[in-house]
Amino acid sequence: MTLTTPAGPALTPAGGASPAPKPGGRHRPALRRIRKRLVHLLIVLLAVTFLSFVVVDLLPGDAAVVVAGDNATPEQVQQVREDLQLDRPLLVRYVDWLGGVVTGDLGSSFRTGQPVAEALAQRIPVTFEITIVAQLLALLIAIPLAVYSAYRPGRLVDRASMTIGFGAAAMPTFVFGMVLIVLFAGGVSSILPATGYVGFFEDPLGNLRSIILPCLTLMIAEAAVYRQLLRSDMISTLQEDFILMARSKGLSARTILLRHALRPSSFSLITLSGVNIGRLLGGTVIVETLFAIPGLGQLIVQAVFNRDYMILQGALLFVAVAYVVINMLIDLLYLALDPRVRRDA
Amino acid sequence: MTPDTTTGDAVATQVPIATMAAKGKGKRIQRAGRAPIGWYVAWVWLGAVVLSAVFAPLLPLWDPAVPDYNNVFGGITPQHWLGGDTLGRDNLSRIIYGARASLLVGICAVLLGALVGGILGMLAGYFGGRTERVLALVTDVVLAFPGLVFIIALVAILGSSLTNLIIGLAILSVPTFIRLSRAATLTVAQREFVQAARAYGCKPLRIIAREIAPNVVLPVAAYGFIMIGVFIVVEGSLSFLGLGIPPPTPSWGGMIAGGRTELLNFPHISLFPAAVMFLTVLSINYIGERTRKQFEVKESNL
Repeated sequence: MTLTTPAGPALTPAGGASPAPKPGGRHRPALRRIRKRLVHLLIVLLAVTFLSFVVVDLLPGDAAVVVAGDNATPEQVQQVREDLQLDRPLLVRYVDWLGGVVTGDLGSSFRTGQPVAEALAQRIPVTFEITIVAQLLALLIAIPLAVYSAYRPGRLVDRASMTIGFGAAAMPTFVFGMVLIVLFAGGVSSILPATGYVGFFEDPLGNLRSIILPCLTLMIAEAAVYRQLLRSDMISTLQEDFILMARSKGLSARTILLRHALRPSSFSLITLSGVNIGRLLGGTVIVETLFAIPGLGQLIVQAVFNRDYMILQGALLFVAVAYVVINMLIDLLYLALDPRVRRDA
Repeated sequence: MTPDTTTGDAVATQVPIATMAAKGKGKRIQRAGRAPIGWYVAWVWLGAVVLSAVFAPLLPLWDPAVPDYNNVFGGITPQHWLGGDTLGRDNLSRIIYGARASLLVGICAVLLGALVGGILGMLAGYFGGRTERVLALVTDVVLAFPGLVFIIALVAILGSSLTNLIIGLAILSVPTFIRLSRAATLTVAQREFVQAARAYGCKPLRIIAREIAPNVVLPVAAYGFIMIGVFIVVEGSLSFLGLGIPPPTPSWGGMIAGGRTELLNFPHISLFPAAVMFLTVLSINYIGERTRKQFEVKESNL
């Protein structure tokens, strides 16, 4: 990105011909676009964190009372309030917290004293693993079905997967999770654990077993939506002239579908998938509750109920950062996938 | 029904909701003319749910809130068509009264969200520039803030009630409606009739209200219809987590959650409300999908 800044040429060794102009010129609009986006997203980040401060401040119940315990005297409560610096104005606390964040200090939990960063580090990998595995599963199922359905629309595969997809999209997550529990974890058969989470490094196989049902629960509705989206984009792409061209050259259907049509058809899918990852990283609360998985969603909900402001703030910061980073990544992916975006932004 | 010739990929991609984004463009022959039988089945089902919910107090039903200790975990009997729940309350009655809550939340939240989001989206699309940038910022902030935390906080601050739930869900849906309405506005903003109105010297707000709004209402309404189904599921999920409609009032999500502990022994307690919710959302999706195909907006050429 430094290539576009006026200081760009200064970065090249003195005396050497500046290599910057050519690529810089070609990528300039795209980079300017990214920079604009970056500024926009930074403002979003600030707004979200400040908003979370306000929301947390508005929550009824006094954190100092909660932390001091039921039998605390008013003096003790006051003492706790001063210790936690809750007596200071909102804006001061926000700026203070922001300063801490910039230096890498997220504070520590009001209730347990555990550093927020540590609490997040325990929970994020769990949610991350489930989210990513579920997304990969959904794409793995959706893409072949969508490609084939677009290739032969209206045939058996298309119609069958459309019908199943319609059903899957209308099924609430928690209902599907309950059905899976009845089928695989206690009802019809008990081949998988219904609740609990085993860390990957403790027991890889146990980890796999413990995430199968949550991932299936998360995956099903998304696979349905992805298939539908990619199928219709693909059908539009297949009517383009360059597909006709490829066909007239005598290329095989497989080559046309996978090498020519898939990439230009995948933009909506990538966007939606990215948005979903961002959303799910913010907490797969329902699945976490249903399967008793110690993920980020549960941490956030507990923090709200416990008035554990520091944990909540840290978690919300992570969610907002995830949203921003994923948005950036989607933009970059567009650049990588589509030369037109690179050119005219 | 005319075969649609536009695709709405740009719109669909900005809609991070688990709805089917069907866009049946292509060589596949549209079932022109008569609608398939599923269309009628879906309408009949929806009609039955809505009518029974509206006229619930007039129907010969058991009181949905009164426990009957002879009917705890009760099976299907002539008195209790769908059995009883963990407290012996009549399942059928609770499902019908639960439909009132679910439908009320779904419809009101969508109306509110579509109204606010629709207007803001038209302003953003028509004026562009700073208005658009500010609204894009607001949209991103709402989207980057976890919806569940927002709802929990709202309920904690304002109290747990149907109204607050509706307001919360409406706010969460506003960004999507802004984007949808903005995209629809952009497609008509340069059309001849808008330019003609401008040449006449009409004020911008009048142009938006008289020229643009009629063209934006249909796509927004078609999408809003699907959102009703989404919100029924969301309300169910919240009630399932114990955060939705407060317990004595029956709601589908609450009923499903209530039967969860007895899932293996008495599955019918959860099964019936789940099935009703599923069929209702399915009908809404199906009808909405067919309708939406006609009003899709193309944003990619802007």
